Amino acid sequence: MIEFQGVEKVFSGRGGGPEVRALDGIDLSIGRGEIFGIIGRSGAGKSTLIRVVNMLERPTAGSVSVDGVDMAALDGAGLRDARRAIGMIFQHFNLLSSRTVYDNVALPLELAGLRKSEIKAKVEPLLELVGLGDKRDRYPAELSGGQKQRVGIARALSSEPKVLLCDEATSALDPETTTSILRLLADINAKLGLTIVLITHEMAVIKEICHRVAVMESGTIIERGDVFDVFTAPRHATTRSFVSSVVGAELPETLSERLVAEPVAGGNAVLRITFKGAMANTPIISQLTRRFGLDLNILHGRIDHIQDAPFGVLVVEAVGAADAVQSAISFINANNLSVEVLGHVPANLRAAG
Amino acid sequence: MSPQIFELLVNATVETLYMVGLAALLGTLLGLPLGVLLATTGRGELLQNVAFNRIAGVIVNATRSTPFIILVVAIIPFTRLVAGTSIGTSAAIVPLTVAAIPFIARLIEGAIREVDRGLIEAAEAMGATPLQIIAKFLLPEALPGIVLGLTLAVVSLIGYSAMVGAVGGGGLGDLGIRYGYQRFLPEVMAAVVLVLIVLVQIVQSLGDLIARRVNKRAIGGR
Ligand SMILES: Nc1ncnc2c1ncn2[C@@H]1O[C@H](COP(=O)(O)OP(=O)(O)OP(=O)(O)O)[C@@H](O)[C@H]1O
Ligand SMILES: [Mg+2]
Repeated sequence: MIEFQGVEKVFSGRGGGPEVRALDGIDLSIGRGEIFGIIGRSGAGKSTLIRVVNMLERPTAGSVSVDGVDMAALDGAGLRDARRAIGMIFQHFNLLSSRTVYDNVALPLELAGLRKSEIKAKVEPLLELVGLGDKRDRYPAELSGGQKQRVGIARALSSEPKVLLCDEATSALDPETTTSILRLLADINAKLGLTIVLITHEMAVIKEICHRVAVMESGTIIERGDVFDVFTAPRHATTRSFVSSVVGAELPETLSERLVAEPVAGGNAVLRITFKGAMANTPIISQLTRRFGLDLNILHGRIDHIQDAPFGVLVVEAVGAADAVQSAISFINANNLSVEVLGHVPANLRAAG
Repeated sequence: MSPQIFELLVNATVETLYMVGLAALLGTLLGLPLGVLLATTGRGELLQNVAFNRIAGVIVNATRSTPFIILVVAIIPFTRLVAGTSIGTSAAIVPLTVAAIPFIARLIEGAIREVDRGLIEAAEAMGATPLQIIAKFLLPEALPGIVLGLTLAVVSLIGYSAMVGAVGGGGLGDLGIRYGYQRFLPEVMAAVVLVLIVLVQIVQSLGDLIARRVNKRAIGGR
């Protein structure tokens, strides 16, 4: 649905300042009907990336096509038509304060020259869809942030776009409102088959509704993949720190301080076992105890759900013979779970902790 | 106050309202588009045209920095050309309008620049044409500011119109100078000042009221 090929965007520095390479060779393909998340720290180039999709920002090299149409090649009128098929919502909503809810949602249709009756037939169901049927004659100043974003969504949907671009659409909202807006977006995606591109700096947003994710840093995509895979096996350090912010894969400090890399005399290995998907239901701890005669002290653990798929991390101290620990590791790996030796701790860890 | 003087006062007030009203109307008709252009032709703006923006800016500044009384005299040939004469109430409308246009243009420009850039972005993302952006986004959103600006312009024009009185333009200023000052009738002077004060008060209150009515940004305050 959206194809980026070698997209670059260089901003010439203001007042002779250094130029900024906001996008640096982006190749990316976003499928029809997908909810695609883009995450990165401030200044990574996320907004620039989403803004080249509808040519609010023109790439300095490379091409962007939407539904097979090369966006940069369009003339003024062609671009305006193409933009009508791409909805956009914003962090600060960008509603007209001088228009009521109804009139804000009607605006794109007015611009397209539809008749009053046609506009009404489209706007009213949309207001119901976003749950604002009773607010149609209110002005934006009379609405909460979440309600304003609902208006923004209804407005973006009014011209029946195929793509919805969301630039930090929930960043100005509290967590509960964020969840309800994300639910609405997921709903719309399911009902209308709309392709949604969603930018955020919060991994929780990605975890909540995205199918695939790309992680950006300094104008490049450093990691991409299915959300579940990226969450459960992040490869890049930046991704790992984003992931840890929601799934808490990091060790508590009291534990990590005591870990040493090499085995210590009379000490024990510390293992991190990761459960994913269906494997999360394996009764692995009791099996290890029975088969290998190991005692497992649970030091830290967490079970999470990434869009209904369970994902767990368990950190255990394996008390037993070294070869038994080795066999246990092989056994865990053979069972499609992943395990990692984090280090070793003196035997009295629990007593000391 | 004698009935004759009272009649003079009423006539002068009507003349002032006529001059100010027409000058404000013409000034808005010409100043509004000029203000829109000033706001939208700058670098990186909707209708970017840097040359136009520079030249228009210079002309506007030149007109605005000329003291009004000098402007009145300086454009006498132009006034004759337009009004057929350079004396009288109708003739006074010409310099008043000439002064009002750049003044109003700058006020409108300012009001439009206050509109959040995010809105222009949203408009472009919706596929709006530049004209639609001006008509459906910029002007409606700038309306409270525009109303306040026009109020300020009318108040200033009331003051200017008293000044054209000094050079034979008729109206309240004329009355004040001829009767109040030259014939030394302090009660006429006082009456003229009083009427001017009342006019300005009425205009300002009305402007504030309308601006508040069209401002939907602060609903709670209504
Ligand atoms: N119009 C512009 N002119 C010059 N530099 C720009 C412009 N827009 C963005 N940049 C620069 O490009 C880089 C990427 O900006 P961008 O807005 O895409 O980041 P972002 O990932 O969206 O950040 P944030 O999370 O803060 O919104 C930044 O270094 C920014 O300063
Ligand atoms: Mg951004």
